[in-house]
Amino acid sequence: MSEITSLPLSRRSLIVGAGATAAMLAGTRTGLAADPLKVGFVYVGPIGDHGYSYSHDLGRKAVEAEFGDRVKVTFVENVNEGPDSERVIRQLATAGNGLIFSTSFGFMQPTIRVARQFPKVVFEHATGYMRADNVGIYNGRFYEGRAVLGTIAGLVSKTGSVGYVASFPIPEVIMGINAFLLAARKVRPDLTVKVIWLNSWYDPGKEADAAKALIDGGADVIAQHVDSPAAMQVAEARGAYAFGQASDMSRFAPRAHLTAIVYDWAPYYKERVKLVLDGAWKSDDTWWGLKEGLIRMAPYNPSLPEEIRKQADAVRDAIAAGTLQPFAGPVKDQKGAVRIAAGETISDADLLKMDWLVEGVQS
Amino acid sequence: MIDFLIPVMAAAISAATPLLLAATGELVVERSGVLNLGIEGMMLMGAMAGFAAALLTGSHLAGLLAAALAGMLMALVFAVLTLSLSANQVASGLALTIFGIGLSALVGAPYVGQPVPALPKLDIAGLSDLPVAGPLLFRHDGLVYFSVAAVAATWWFLNRTHAGLKLRAVGESAQAAHALGHPVIAIRYAASLFGGAMAGLAGAFLSLSYTPMWMEGMTAGRGWIALALVVFSAWRPWRALVGAYLFGGVGIVQLHAQGAWGLPSEMFSMLPYVATVLVLTVISARSQAGGTGSRAPADLGKPFRASR
Repeated sequence: MSEITSLPLSRRSLIVGAGATAAMLAGTRTGLAADPLKVGFVYVGPIGDHGYSYSHDLGRKAVEAEFGDRVKVTFVENVNEGPDSERVIRQLATAGNGLIFSTSFGFMQPTIRVARQFPKVVFEHATGYMRADNVGIYNGRFYEGRAVLGTIAGLVSKTGSVGYVASFPIPEVIMGINAFLLAARKVRPDLTVKVIWLNSWYDPGKEADAAKALIDGGADVIAQHVDSPAAMQVAEARGAYAFGQASDMSRFAPRAHLTAIVYDWAPYYKERVKLVLDGAWKSDDTWWGLKEGLIRMAPYNPSLPEEIRKQADAVRDAIAAGTLQPFAGPVKDQKGAVRIAAGETISDADLLKMDWLVEGVQS
Repeated sequence: MIDFLIPVMAAAISAATPLLLAATGELVVERSGVLNLGIEGMMLMGAMAGFAAALLTGSHLAGLLAAALAGMLMALVFAVLTLSLSANQVASGLALTIFGIGLSALVGAPYVGQPVPALPKLDIAGLSDLPVAGPLLFRHDGLVYFSVAAVAATWWFLNRTHAGLKLRAVGESAQAAHALGHPVIAIRYAASLFGGAMAGLAGAFLSLSYTPMWMEGMTAGRGWIALALVVFSAWRPWRALVGAYLFGGVGIVQLHAQGAWGLPSEMFSMLPYVATVLVLTVISARSQAGGTGSRAPADLGKPFRASR
């Protein structure tokens, strides 16, 4: 995950070392015919994580379904970020793959290094910022989905206090919190968001503890930017509401789960494979969101009133249509200073280095 | 204030319980002279097996038994390697952790995302409804009380029974214990299996009570904290209890205190570790000054071969 990435000692990096070698043996298929385009995918987590790597693997399956015999698709899961990943990516290039998707932030340098040695192979790297003639980059505007979640939170919260279980104070997470609060305040101007930082991407126990602390502090809606469904389970048990992370997690909290931001990489992967097949591929920087369908909202909880669904749908559709900017000014930061002037919005470059929280966030 | 403190303290007790279970087991293992670094792996196997058994049979008791058994099987692998085959204990323990992480993920894959009811909480008419003590002391599940009872039993066993004395003798000087006719290897096997069972239960507490679900790697490093707690406790059961509650408490307080004094969140995340360093320093300073020592069992980590 773009997210797991920045962490040198995550759960995944511990597990992955052991798994990578086995995964390489198991996951890599060698083809005989030279005809089909060989496409390789490199995942940071297990495809069974029901989150980030799982979402990329659904995209891989969509490529297989779309192009059939014209492609030969391989994936390697549980690849550690760092030297391990360079070995895996180089191995895929050596094995004759013409297009390689490396799907985590920490694969950036390894991808660039391998790409230099294989100028004829096309590389696509997710969530990074380094490009080359044969390396394109892509990312998702996940904050757009968080604006929809914020709208729902503002409408369902009775206490006006929303808890946010957050991982690391990095731009990706900060822009999500800000988009969430700005949208929530449009429907409920006095709403506050209390953030608890865990400084880890994955620790179910700590995530549950944080959710309990937030609910004890008066929050009746829990949002999260960490990987496990533990916070949602707490919300379910304590009578609060919650949102799923990266995929539909409703089965963990059938009552509390209102919706989730679902990542759908299939349209992007299909487009890129088609471009390579047609010989029309060129290095690009793609940042897709609701409009392109790279993110979707999971089905609403049956208990969510029709009125709230309509407003959430309206926000979603307006963002997709480009008529609503999640960061439309005026936007003030926590200290009250105007960061985005009225009538303006924020540039993508500034968004990607956002390091300030908006007014109304308690952290 | 009391309204704020009660949920914090109740949560701290929960957070401390898996650490305490695993640390109590490891404490006995180390007292017998065996250093098993594989707690994390045994906990994960316990978490997975306990969850799977509870899910398949619908019985929490079956889940707990399966968790203890899974932990013991893992400990058995370790014991065969290090005690019967005299393999290096540090390397074998690390291997056990990596093995446990991988195996639990593999075997547990079908159980990811399945729901299981949490262990029932104690509900004693009268006691559980007491104003302060009720939520603090009388609304936990059985494993919480078991962990405290296990500390008491371990203290009694080590300090007040003949068998406990033998176990300590084996840990201090295996050769001397052997010369006196005590079965060194058998005692170390028994201690290792106990440690495995306790680590398994610690894992089951996570997957059946704390966050009732199974996900790979869900122990998130708690096995290593339990290992540190044993050193922190200077190999004394009651100190392990104090250490676990201190560690659990600081971890919970930091969540509630975030944003309170305008300090960055990373400072709060550091607190449990700062507390550990401080306490270790105090213990060490006291033992240097001739107080109650923090000396490890003399034969800790040394393989034993009977000399004839």
